[in-house]
Formats: sequence, structure tokens, C-alpha cells
Amino acid sequence: MISAGETLRLAARALRRNKLRSFLTALGIIIGVGAVIFMQSIGEGAKARVRDQIESAGTNIVMVFSGSSQGPGGRGGAGSQPSITWEDLRAIQTELSSVAAVAPQINSSQPVISETNTWNTQITGTTPDYFTIRNWPVSDGQMFTASDQASAAKNAVIGQTAAQNLFGPGVDPVGQIIRIRDAPFTIVGVLDTKGQNAMGQDQDDVVFIPMSAFQTRMQRGLGKFVPGRIFVSAVSPEAIPRARQEITTLLRERHRIAADQEDDFSTSTMAEMTSMLTSTQETVTLLLSSIALVSLVVGGIGVMNIMLVSVTERTREIGIRMAVGAQPADIMAQFLIEALVLAAIGGALGVLFGWGFGHLLAPRFGWSMETRGSIVIAALAVSAGVGIVFGIYPARKASRLDPIDALRYE
Amino acid sequence: MALIELRDLGKIYHSGETEFAALRDVNLQIERGEFVAITGSSGSGKSTLMNILGCLDSPSKGSYLLADRDVAKQSRIELARVRNEFIGFVFQNFNLLARTSAAENVELPLIYAKVPPAERHRRAKEALERVGLAHRAGHHPSQLSGGQQQRVAIARALVTSPPLILADEPTGNLDSATSIEIMKLLTALQKSGMTIVFVTHEPDIAAYAGRKLLLKDGVVVSDERQKQPDLETT
Repeated sequence: MISAGETLRLAARALRRNKLRSFLTALGIIIGVGAVIFMQSIGEGAKARVRDQIESAGTNIVMVFSGSSQGPGGRGGAGSQPSITWEDLRAIQTELSSVAAVAPQINSSQPVISETNTWNTQITGTTPDYFTIRNWPVSDGQMFTASDQASAAKNAVIGQTAAQNLFGPGVDPVGQIIRIRDAPFTIVGVLDTKGQNAMGQDQDDVVFIPMSAFQTRMQRGLGKFVPGRIFVSAVSPEAIPRARQEITTLLRERHRIAADQEDDFSTSTMAEMTSMLTSTQETVTLLLSSIALVSLVVGGIGVMNIMLVSVTERTREIGIRMAVGAQPADIMAQFLIEALVLAAIGGALGVLFGWGFGHLLAPRFGWSMETRGSIVIAALAVSAGVGIVFGIYPARKASRLDPIDALRYE
Repeated sequence: MALIELRDLGKIYHSGETEFAALRDVNLQIERGEFVAITGSSGSGKSTLMNILGCLDSPSKGSYLLADRDVAKQSRIELARVRNEFIGFVFQNFNLLARTSAAENVELPLIYAKVPPAERHRRAKEALERVGLAHRAGHHPSQLSGGQQQRVAIARALVTSPPLILADEPTGNLDSATSIEIMKLLTALQKSGMTIVFVTHEPDIAAYAGRKLLLKDGVVVSDERQKQPDLETT
């Protein structure tokens, strides 16, 4: 048998001789591979976006909720039964080595009145650490401070959406007075845009006030329990599981929960939410990619069809080659490699096509694209496989021709 | 030893129930350097004999020794090797690859003989020179006349320097002036030591051979030596 390089040359020459036909045949593969790459990239992009949104919550976060209520009416949601005390919060902050910072987040939906507008928004009471944990700087003005917290100062930090709706464009909110439940608050800072969270909520439609002010103005007095959730940041991403474990142990101890009893609180990490939300995305991506894969198979059938036509058309050529000494294996390899080259070139162009098409469309429709190297390699491997699978039958047919009949073929 | 030795060679074709003996008990020896014409009417078995001599087909019985090796019962793979190494073919309809240059057509047997490219180009050029077509090496068959195409085919047949050249009606598609040129070329090759066997049904073409076989109903009915025309004087 002649060498692979020689066979490759023969195949390349045959494909060049019929450029348009070669291109149209490869087009089936191009579209198939392109569709797979496109679907996978869009799917990956959507997943990455969900991941980003979840990560926009902050870094290294463990959230702690009060327990679920257990009553005759059934079981309530997490946090429905207050169980975590302010003392617990302080203990988490001071006693655990894996914890960097702790901040409460207590929400209340209230109308807020500016000089020009009234806007229903979320009032959140928290401490200055909250913005560090959530990695959320001000774009204008400044944060409220620890002394604001200590003195229950009526200072507020406001999100972009709330600022827009309260003051409209062109007005600097910093220094303005807003009224919440008849109490005047001075806006000291405007936060950076945070965007939607993983649930699709606008995280910028919010007014933050010091926890102490929240307790006196919204709650009318100090309670024993934290009436919201607690954001904890671990010292590093690797420390997240350890922080969660330590928090659980600490709270079980403090709440005197026996070994056989369930926790009266719950914790969750961003990794859990990510995997929960991305699993749906994955299903959709898988579904769309299988449809794309079907079109790749159809492309493969196109390759087989053209190779069969080619074998018939070139029967005389096959006869000549056999007469001058080509082995059946040489003929087989020549046609098989032709199919393989066709499919591989189609695959490579398909990758470019799917990638380019995606990048063209994605910005218009607000999709994000993320093309993984492993998908590109897999797509190329599959298209080469398609070339071999669909090329083998025509190639065998060619190699089994009888030289006398082939030479006589008109 | 003879280059070709056929002993009791027969070829039977089956079509359903009926059998047809295309060749029966052919005994034949052809020495190296001979120039042999095989003649006969259509259906006499001359094409079958050519196919078997060219190792494109296997006999049903008897033996065929080509350059001392028995090729009667060899596999397709072996026969392909024998064709490549021992035989050059010239066909009535030239059988060149279309849209492929003359030089590349001539190189074709060398590809399957695994000759490296540089050496291939050199030998193809030499072969084209021998048939007087070196200046047409880059032309495609469609750009060449019938006579030139047949010269390219002859160059392809001799490029591997095979001991045997088989030509099946080499002048069948050519006018008489071109036919004479081709026969002169074949005669020149024979003078340089090659063995040439060709099939023809034209007596004046057969006259170029040094030996004339007549086939009838699958049997060699006459085998005559004859004087080759003296080409230097014509």
C-alpha cells in the first residue's frame, strides 16, 4: 500500500478538481458542526451568565437563615421561624477563624418620598461590612460608617434603580433628603450597578440604611432575633465548606440542639445555587445540541451520497489505477481519505461558522457566548468520525470493482 | 526461459446454466524481445487472452508463468503487484486520467511502485522524451491529439521499465497516418529490448509484428513468424 501522505495528496487533488461540489458537500458538515458549536456556546454563555449573577451576590459567601417553622399548618419556608439571635451573629463574627466578616440583611418594602417623587422600594438594614462581603462599592459619595451604625444616624446609601426613580436623570442624589416612614434620611452615597440577581430581581432597586436606624425606625425597637438573613464571608473560597461547618457546629451548640435533632436554621452557599440553576440550562443545551447533532448526521449522509456518485463517475479512473498497479487497499484509502478530508474541512469551517455566527447574533439578542476548547475538539472529532463512517461504504465499493469492468465502463 | 508460458490455459464464463469457453487449451510461449500480434475476429477470445496475459483476470484452468512466476492462481493483491512491476498497458481508448497533466498520467504507475516524488518526475520526463512529447508534459489529455494521447499512454506503460507491454487495439481509434507513427514507436521500443504483445484486427497493423497469432473460437489456429518491415527505409 502506498503511504498516507501520498493518498492524502491524491484525495486533495480530487477534491480540488471539483471545488463547487466539494464545498456543497462540506456545507452539510459545516452547518451541522456550526449548529453544534453555536448551541453549545450559547448554552455555555447562558450558564456563565447565571454563574456571574450568582457570584454578583458577593465573594466566598455563606448565607445563614433562621429555621423553618413547624406547626399544625405544616412546615414554613426557611426563615419563617426566627431562631438566630443577635448574639449568635456576634459569635459567628468573633469565634470562628474561617469567617472574615458577617452582616445582617433585614428587608422591608416601603414607600420612599423624595422632593419630586414617591417610589416603593426595598429598605434594607445592614452594617458597613455588608458592602465588603457583597463586593459592592459606591460610585458616588460614600458608605455609611461604623459610627453611623453606632449612633443610628439617619444616613442612607441608595441603589441605581432607586436613585433613578426618586430623582430622575441629571440630579445628584448625594446630599438629598428622602423620607422613609416620615423620618428624614440623608443620602450619603450611590452604589454601583449590580444588575439582576439569579432570580431575576433588580438588585439596584434598594435603599440601605444602618441596622441600628432600621431597628428604631422600621422595627420600633430591638428584638432578640435577627429578622432576616445573615451574610457571612469566608476568609477564602477554599474556606467556604469549613466556614459552613463551623457555623453549623457553633449554632447547634448555642441553640443546644441534641445530636438526633435537626438544625433550627439553614445555611446555603453560592455553589449550591449555581448548580441548581445551571442544571436547567444544561438540559436545554443538551436538547438543542442533540438536534444540531442530527443535522451533522444528515451532513454525513450528504458526504456518503456524493462519495457514491463520485465512485460511479470515476469508475474508469479506478480501473486505470488498478491496471497500473493500485492495490484494492490503495483505492479504498483514497476514497476514504477523500471523505475524511471533506468532513474534517467541513468541521473546521463549521467551527468558524458557528463561532462567527454566534458572535454576530449574540450581541443583538443579548446572549452571551462562551466557546469551550473541549467542545471544538469534540466537534472536529465527531465530524472526522462522520467522514469515516459515511465514507467507508463508498470506499469499499470502489476497492471491490473488477478492473476489467471498470476499464470498460462508459 | 520464455517471458510468457501458457500451458493448457482455459477460461470458462458462466452465465446462469450455460457455460461458455472463451479460451480452451491455449499453449503458448513468448520469448523476451518478441513483437507479437494477436489477431482474430470478435468473439475469438483475443480480449480474454489479453486480460489474462495482463493479470486483470485469472484463468479457469491451466497455468500461466510470467517471468518464471506462476500467476494463474494469485490473489487480487498479488496480481496488482505483478501488473505494476511486470506489465505496461496501452488501451484502444488511451485511458488517461482526465484533467490531469501528461506528466502526472505518466507518473501514475510509479506512485503505486512507491517511487519518491523527485525520482518520479525525472522518470516521467524521460519516458515522455522517449515518445517525443517532452514539450507537452504539462498538457491535459483534452489538449492533446489522439496520437499524442496514445504516446502519453505508451510513456505511462514504459515508465516502470516493465519486461512486457500489452497493447489492446492501440491504433483502433487513430487515423492511418497516426497509426503508422504509433506502430513505429512500438517497433522502436521492441528494438530497445522490450517484449510487446498487441491485439489488432487490421492486417496492415499486424504486419508490423515479428510473429502473428490467429485465434478462433478460443483456440490458437495459426502461429506464424514473419519478417518485420524495415522501418529505416520506409
